Parts: sequence; structure tokens; C-alpha cells
Amino acid sequence: MIGQVKQSPIRIITSMLATTIAVATPLTLGALSGVYCERSGVVNIGIEGMMLTSAFFGWLAAIYMFHIFGMGIGISITIGLIFAILTGLLMALLHAVLSITFKVDQIIGGTVINILAVGLTGFLNRQLFFGKGSVFGGTVPNSPGVLPTLHVPITEIFSSLCGTSAGCLENLQAINRVFDQKPIAISAVLLVFFSHYVLFNTRWGLRSRAVGEHPQAADTVGINVTKMRYLNVLIGGMFAGLAGAYFTIESVPSFEPLLTNGRGFISLAAMIFGNWTPIGAWAASLVFGASQALLINMQIFRDVIPPQWSFLQESYIVGLTPYILTMFILTGIIGRTIPPAADGVPYEK
Amino acid sequence: MQPEKQSKSLTRQILQSISESSLVPFLAILTAVVVGGVIIAFVGGNPILAYRGLIEGSFGSTKALSETAVWATPYIFAGLAVALAFKGGLFNIGAEGQLAVGAVASSLVGYALPEWLGFDLPLIVHLPLAIVFGVLMGGLWAGIVGALKAYTGGHEVINTIMMNYIALNTTSFLLNGVMKDRSPTNVIARTPLIAESARIPPIFDGLRVHWGFVLALLMAFLIWWLLNKTTLGFQIRTVGLNPDAAKYAGINVKRIIILTMVFSGMLAGLAGTIEVTGLNYRHELGFSIGYGFDAIAIALLGKSHPLGVVLAAFLFAAMRNGATRMQFLTQMPVDLISMIQAFILLFVAADAIVRYIYRIKSKGERVVLTRGWGG
Repeated sequence: MIGQVKQSPIRIITSMLATTIAVATPLTLGALSGVYCERSGVVNIGIEGMMLTSAFFGWLAAIYMFHIFGMGIGISITIGLIFAILTGLLMALLHAVLSITFKVDQIIGGTVINILAVGLTGFLNRQLFFGKGSVFGGTVPNSPGVLPTLHVPITEIFSSLCGTSAGCLENLQAINRVFDQKPIAISAVLLVFFSHYVLFNTRWGLRSRAVGEHPQAADTVGINVTKMRYLNVLIGGMFAGLAGAYFTIESVPSFEPLLTNGRGFISLAAMIFGNWTPIGAWAASLVFGASQALLINMQIFRDVIPPQWSFLQESYIVGLTPYILTMFILTGIIGRTIPPAADGVPYEK
Repeated sequence: MQPEKQSKSLTRQILQSISESSLVPFLAILTAVVVGGVIIAFVGGNPILAYRGLIEGSFGSTKALSETAVWATPYIFAGLAVALAFKGGLFNIGAEGQLAVGAVASSLVGYALPEWLGFDLPLIVHLPLAIVFGVLMGGLWAGIVGALKAYTGGHEVINTIMMNYIALNTTSFLLNGVMKDRSPTNVIARTPLIAESARIPPIFDGLRVHWGFVLALLMAFLIWWLLNKTTLGFQIRTVGLNPDAAKYAGINVKRIIILTMVFSGMLAGLAGTIEVTGLNYRHELGFSIGYGFDAIAIALLGKSHPLGVVLAAFLFAAMRNGATRMQFLTQMPVDLISMIQAFILLFVAADAIVRYIYRIKSKGERVVLTRGWGG
């Protein structure tokens, strides 16, 4: 049935771009979370766990607001979003207490968070919905819904340029779809540029980087190392919380155990690949996102794929690419990256 | 008289150091049990009944004891895998993936080899072949990460996690495809049953505990011997403590890093292999999930000491095994165990918290388990 549906190349390309930006969202936010933590000198491999817990509690809050407290759909989703961010904040507080105050090995601390996240979400997911005396009586109710797509009126503004050409208008609509994203996806992109500016052009950013590169020197000139590290880890936690919200508040209205599926770790790789800068990390996230978007678009456009490329539809092979890409990037073949000098080192006065 | 007196004080020293080094883990477990009890009460359960169920279910009968040993077997292997890597300064989060590829490789040899050869093999040949093949695959899986670490500096934490996902996807691909059990009633992703000649016999009639358990205990001793009584073990520990010093002492650091990862992966592969050949007689998709994190918790709880690993593995095994009885008595979901285990790990890893709660003074230098990205 090849060629039954005529697909213009521009539709395929724009669809690919739109999906890439959408699926790169949790990676981008996770990588930003890592940038804040690590620039101030705290390694955070617990982003995966933070995302998972945030996704769960955000979703849970939305369900409770909607089904138990009888709130409206919009308000329930908004409260869910806030809960997700707060959960990220709390998990980050745990990481900060472990790694900054108690000076626990930071990679171990992050692993503890990852394990705790799996245990906590798995237990509560089972107990709250299927446990004895559950208010939901053994069923998982649907969440009230997901965040809506925001329309950027590109077609409306530029449609006069097309005149009467129908093809031109179609292309314009296709291009418009790249910009029609959901709120978290849009804020992720804005936060990339905001974070880049903050990190490299403000006093706050300079101080954060100082405690991550040379805490003794920063301390000498009167910067409170502990405070700066705490604040940066907490900010990072909120980013991870927003990344978690992407899964259950923006993408799909449901939760399943282990739904983050390693994306917290992939975002760490994106952070490293992006050389610990927000824009670099974003670019790397888009590369990872593209490999995932390819898989999705292969399904959407499966009728127009030439037979010699159809092996790419085998989800197994495409599914492996982000992981292999990550390992490849870490070898440093594509270019050596340099972590902050005091990354992962607890500060002792 | 002099030597005897000295040895006496040495014994006392050892006893003292054991009681000191096990005090913090013990208090960590105690704290986690209390926290777990609070959570059980919070969600409307009876903590006393829950813990009674846990103990009854794990130690209450011969069968319960046998099942605890069955659970402990892969935990000991996987815990040793992570502990050995820790000793070499490496953090192996990939035990799960290494276990999975080991299990897949063993099942393949177990069910397909007689078919390919066209005749049945005796147990004395077939079983060791199945085990060795699984162990080698586990070693290879981790060895790749070790080589990347040694030659490019790619951090083993991220790479072992990536290898976990690659293992999971590959296993899923194989178990849903060429290796799928073709029997007409089967709908799940699993291999066919392995041949009788590739199965580890049980120790007692009627109980599931098999000789793999004894092998696990022997392996713990072997790892202790390797680390403390051989040159290679000394080199592994030196690289773990200070790779720069090791380099100046003339140790081939790259070689030791790769070897440590390979050994670690072989142990994890053995965990998967023994589960296939001794217990399940096949590999089923999803079976391996969770073992990697459990293994880390066990290694940390056991302070990376082989004896500590065995004890910690028993604790975790008892909890997993007793969970069913606990669920029966209190209707608490089995997942509760994962959470209590996470708290145990939290308090063990962050021994500073436990020391803070119980006002125990810290003495001696802190143990460096991992290094940052620069590594």
C-alpha cells in the first residue's frame, strides 16, 4: 500500500522536529537539574529517582484532587504539577542533607535515592489502589487529564504570504506544528536559555560555579559554600520534579512502575556531553530525543518508508540507540569534556 | 609465652573490630525496621503482626529455611559482584544486566545444545558447560565497561546502567523471538525448559535448596581468599584505595580495572546462571529486574566484606521470603519490603545519620567507595 497516503517531505521533517522537542523535554530538564547540582560541586545520579517520585506524586495529587476532593479538571492538573515540583524539591533536600551535611559519598547518596524511589512508588502505587480499605476499591482511576497543547499562531500570521496556494498553506501548518508544544516542553526550552544566562552572566551564577570549582577560594572571599550548594541542589530538584511532571501530567495521564525507564541517567549523559552548560546539555538532549522521535515517526509514516529502510522499524535496534550513543559519548571520542573541579567532593573547612 | 599473649590480644582485637564494624549496620537495620513499622502503621497495618509474619515466613519451618537459602543464593553471588568492584574502586550498578545475559546464555546452552548436537550429554559435561557459558557472558558484559573505563575514562556508573538497558532490550528481543518457548500453551517471554542434564540437583529430597547455595558460600570464601591472600587481590585493593599510588608502585592499573570488572561481571553472571540451572530451569523476561539494586544494598550493608555480604544476603533473602507470609497476615503488599530495604540502605550508606542518632563517635578514616566523573 505504499504511496496510498501522500506525505510531503516537509510534513515528515516537521513531525520529526515536533516529536523530538516533545520527547527531549524530560531529558532537557533532567540535564539542567544536573547542571545546577554539579556546577556547584554536587554529583547527582539520583535524578532518575527524583523524576520517578515526582511523576508519581504529581499524578497522585491530581487524582486525589479530582476524585476525592471533587475539584475541577484544570485545577487538579495544576495542583498535580505543583506537587510534582515539590516532590522533586523534597527528594533534592534528602540528597543535599546526605551529600552536603553528612558528606555521604555522593554517588552512593544518589543510588539510595534511586532505590528509595522505586520502593516508595511501587509500594504506594500498590497499597493506595489495591490495598485493604483503599478508597479506590482495587481500581486505578484515570487522572483528570493532561496539559493541553498551546497554539502558537504562526499560520494565522503568515497565511497572507501564501496567497491562494493550498500547498503553501499546508506547509505552513506543518511548520506551525513544530511550535505547538505543551507547557512543560515550552518552559523547558525557555529555562535552558534562562539557566544559561543565570549561570554565566549573573553574580549568582559566578558564585555557584566558584563553589563547584574551588570551594576553599570561594569560602575565603566570603561565599557561603554550604548555602550555595544547598540552594543549587534544591533548584536542581525542582527541575527534576518538572521533568517528572512531564511523564504523568503532560504526556500521559497514567503511572506505571519504573516509567522513567532510565531517562534520568540519559540526561546525565546529556549533561556531560553538553560540557556542563545548559545550552550544550539541551543540544545533547535533542540528539537523544531525535533517536526516540525516529522510533515514533517510523510508526506514524510507516506506509511511506522505502523497503530498504524498513529494518529501522524493528523497535529493538532503534530502541538501543540512546544507550549505545550515551556510552559512545562517554568515551570522549567526540570531544573531551571537563567536569567542575570540585564536582563530587564534599567541602571540609 | 610471649607469642601466645600476643595472639590472644589479636583475637580480642579482631572480635572488637567485628563488633565495632557491625554496630553501625545493626543500628541501621534497627532504625529502618522502626521506620518501616511506622509506615505500616501509617497505611493502616499492624507492624507487630507484619514483622511476625516476616520472621515466621523466613525461619518458621524447614521449608521456610530452605526457601530463604534459595533466595539468598543469587543475592550472595550478586552481592559479592558489587562488593568486589567496590574493593577495586569501581561501582558496578550493572549486576542486573550481567545477571540477565548470564541467565540467557545458560538457558541457551541448557535447552539448545543437545538439539544442535543431536545427542544427550551427561550431566558432568552439560551442567558445567551451561554454567561456564553464563559466567563468561556476565564477565564479557562487565568487561566492556571495564575496558571503556580503563582506556577512555568513560564512567562505569553510567556505562553499567546503559549496559543494563541494552541487556534488558536484547533479552526481550531474544525471549520474544528466537529463544521463545514454542509450546502451544505459552504466552509469556521465556525460554524452553533446560535439559535434565543441565540442572543442579537439590541437596535434600522435597526441598528446593540446591547445591548452588553451597557454591555461593564457597565463592564467598574464595573471594575473601582472592582479596586478602593473593597478589592480584592486593593489587585490586591498592587500585581501589589509590590508583595513582598503585601506578607508581608498578601495578598495571588498566589491567586491574578491566580484571576487576570482568570478575565482578562473572559473579553477577553466576547469579543468573545458578538461578537458571538450579531453580527455575529456564529464563523468564523480567526475572532479573531489581537484583542490581538489591546487590548494591547487600554489598554496602556487608561493608564489601565477603562474610558481611553473606550475612546481608541472608537478611534480604529472609525479608523477601517472609514477605508472602507477611502479606497473608496483614494484607501489606510485598513491595513494602523494597521500601524497608531502601531505608536500610539509606541508613547504612549514610552511617553519619546513624552515628548522629545514636551518638556514636566516628573513628578511623572514611572508606572511599567511588570517585567523581574525573575518575
